Amino acid sequence: MDKQKILELKKIATDIRLGAVEAVYNAKSGHPGGALSSADILACLYFSELNVDVNNPKWEGRDRFVLSKGHSCPGLYSALALKGFFPAEELKSFRHTGALLQGHPDMKAIKGVDMSAGSLGQGFSCACGMALAGKVDGKNYRTYTLIGDGESQEGQVWEAIMFAAHYKLDNLCLIIDNNGLQIDGKVSDVMNTMPYESKLLAFGWNVITIDGHNIEEILGALENARATKGKPSVIVAKTIKGKGVSFMENQASWHGKAPNEEQYNIAVSELTAYKNSLGGNN
Amino acid sequence: MADKIATREAYGNALAELGERYENIVVLDADLAEATKTCIFKKKFPERFFDCGIAENNMYSVAAGLSTCGKIPFASTFAMFAAGRSFDQVRNSIGYPHLNVKICATHAGISVGEDGATHQCNEDIALMRTIPGMVVINPSDAVEARCAVEAAINYNGPVYIRFGRLALPIFNDNDDYKFEIGKAIKLAEGKDVTIVANGMMVYEALEARKMLLENGISASVINAHTVKPLDVKTIVDDAKITGAVVVSEEHNIIGGLGSAVAEAIGENYPVPVVKHGVNDVFGKSGPAKELIEYYGLNAKGICEKVKIALSLKR
Repeated sequence: MDKQKILELKKIATDIRLGAVEAVYNAKSGHPGGALSSADILACLYFSELNVDVNNPKWEGRDRFVLSKGHSCPGLYSALALKGFFPAEELKSFRHTGALLQGHPDMKAIKGVDMSAGSLGQGFSCACGMALAGKVDGKNYRTYTLIGDGESQEGQVWEAIMFAAHYKLDNLCLIIDNNGLQIDGKVSDVMNTMPYESKLLAFGWNVITIDGHNIEEILGALENARATKGKPSVIVAKTIKGKGVSFMENQASWHGKAPNEEQYNIAVSELTAYKNSLGGNN
Repeated sequence: MADKIATREAYGNALAELGERYENIVVLDADLAEATKTCIFKKKFPERFFDCGIAENNMYSVAAGLSTCGKIPFASTFAMFAAGRSFDQVRNSIGYPHLNVKICATHAGISVGEDGATHQCNEDIALMRTIPGMVVINPSDAVEARCAVEAAINYNGPVYIRFGRLALPIFNDNDDYKFEIGKAIKLAEGKDVTIVANGMMVYEALEARKMLLENGISASVINAHTVKPLDVKTIVDDAKITGAVVVSEEHNIIGGLGSAVAEAIGENYPVPVVKHGVNDVFGKSGPAKELIEYYGLNAKGICEKVKIALSLKR
């Protein structure tokens, strides 16, 4: 695989993390943990996989992406700003009264957001509807949706899993951000959802398990999903909650709280140091 | 008068008829197509009908997704599950982004009959009208039900339409009948009391008017088929003439049309408003016609409320 491209995506993922941390810090609230765990996936989606047009965000032929785990939107907003859907300056007023960037994605106001989401389990079903519309109209756009592993405790997720397999939505790709943590602790302690692979296979899905921080594996999985016909694909991405910021990694407590100034400065310096270590032009 | 027809039957027929003209219509159901009558559409347009199984929450979010791609989804199940079980999905997946989804719920109210309380939804109007931007319609007969479906197609945004199981008399089959979302229809002029009704209670209101006339009471009758946006002007203007209002609906007296009218009258022209409906209780099993008598959801019940309203006039 193209080494330069992989390096580039690693840098973009780090920029997504920097933007997400900046947004949450300025908001003094928000959800950094899941935004950081999904940053590499978002980088691969928005800067390699998705066929979207920043100058025509509602273009009918575009690929769709639904962030079903809507609370992770600092990552999404950061990716959309990097892509050019709106100025990066907006990240600083995330969650502020009267600002553009809402605490959970708002499709009516924010360019590049394909679906409002926040109440867990619903965005995945909405993505199923988008994929079904593509089938009805014989269009070749694809629909992607990202859910959390904790989110998969919602019954509606399993309704959607049945639905997508029943209607053979091979134009749909589900990604599970399997970071193993939720607000109350480990997913396996709160309400175990594992194993995903055997469950999803039994439901009739093409199942791809990867390291969700390995760019090469993410790109390979997306390609595998695209090539699979007759059934929907799921990428079970093993990730680290808070990835990239040492004190946030694998800490459930960083699911939904903002860093103070000192913590913010450490986070920025760690992420910047990592980005610089990748070499090349910044 | 034509034979009695249930509004759910009119709904299914309307979908099948209008599905020809409006190619973007898709219909979703949750294993109740035979009961909601979406089966009539399914038979004609199988490629545009999607059964979602007994999974209403997924269905309403799928409908939201379909609408973002230019489809006009009609998603049907019983009112209990559409407005009740899937309230969160209707609010967040459909209402918040103001998507073009038509939530068409059948088997509303006590007249569901034998299935009993678990299936007799008397809370749906209250739930749906609290969602910002949601249009809420409760048609009074088969003619109006068909018109409501077409109006919903031509309106870009979320619409909740309530249909019933019970066959109802048809009385809107006059040539000058015109349906417009948010525009109440004054069916009769009166000077002593205003009766506002919707759904199956509109016909009963007209019957009540006849009974009241025999006692020298002149009642106007307003068909408020659209609960939201409510036609405040038509109702308030009439209240100014009569000075007393009775609101009749097949719904809990809390939160439905009665509450909507009481709010409008209270804010614009305070006169007595007496609510007639299901008196904040759950339903029971029984043949629909017997239950209607049991709960007083008929012309006689309206007349009793009119007496109270008149006694409250100052």
